[in-house]
Amino acid sequence: MTHQFKTSCKREKLKDIRHFLTEVLNDIGLSEKESNKVVLAVDEVCANLMIHSNKDNPNENLEVYVQDEGDKIKFEIVDHGEAFDYTHYKEPAIDDIVMSKRRGGLGIMLVKKIMDQVEFKCEKSRNVCCMTKNIDKKK
Amino acid sequence: MVTIDTHSIADEGVYELSVHGEIDASSSIYLETALKEAMQQSKKILIDMSELEYISSAGLGVFMSILQDLENEEIQMVLFNMSEKVIDVFEILGLNLLMNIQPSKEEALAELK
Repeated sequence: MTHQFKTSCKREKLKDIRHFLTEVLNDIGLSEKESNKVVLAVDEVCANLMIHSNKDNPNENLEVYVQDEGDKIKFEIVDHGEAFDYTHYKEPAIDDIVMSKRRGGLGIMLVKKIMDQVEFKCEKSRNVCCMTKNIDKKK
Repeated sequence: MVTIDTHSIADEGVYELSVHGEIDASSSIYLETALKEAMQQSKKILIDMSELEYISSAGLGVFMSILQDLENEEIQMVLFNMSEKVIDVFEILGLNLLMNIQPSKEEALAELK
């Protein structure tokens, strides 16, 4: 079964996305601890897409799809903004972030640590971020 | 949404912040503003995290972005009473090792002596 949620590219909507995800992951049977991390990873991608790909344009939309596949959960986040070039993404060092007093750069690092697979695809006029989390439903 | 209450503990010269709610890309600016204010007010900053329910990289980034200034200006900052799920987020990237995080207010205050 696929669960879906559509919202506009406004940062204030991130809370609604997290609420939707928390309910779905709870129904799937993820522990609260695991759920919080997975929600964080999806929140990070959505925030990046809203801010960087769609320039906080409230007229643009973001769609989030969640599919329970038993031993794993698949997430797809679809938007129509500027594509994120993940192939050229270079992970910054934490020390560099601290030294340069940067606020950004930690989001994608968290996503990579939390999710088992991360892929950004560009399909015609839409961008799709696909993420997979392998799960153990034992609480 | 996040709300941040602030007050000074006059005898100790400590400036305390209590963070309530959720810090994400829409609300991290409030944390940044409150921390900058705290850094102007005192060399000893205490942050009660007990009512913080969620933090994303936007919030973590605010903390990371002031670490250098804290060191340069010899300001001590101690966080305390973090919930398990919030401290989990700091631990994913090892950021807990870069900050002074204590289990209780008493232990946090002891760090500022």
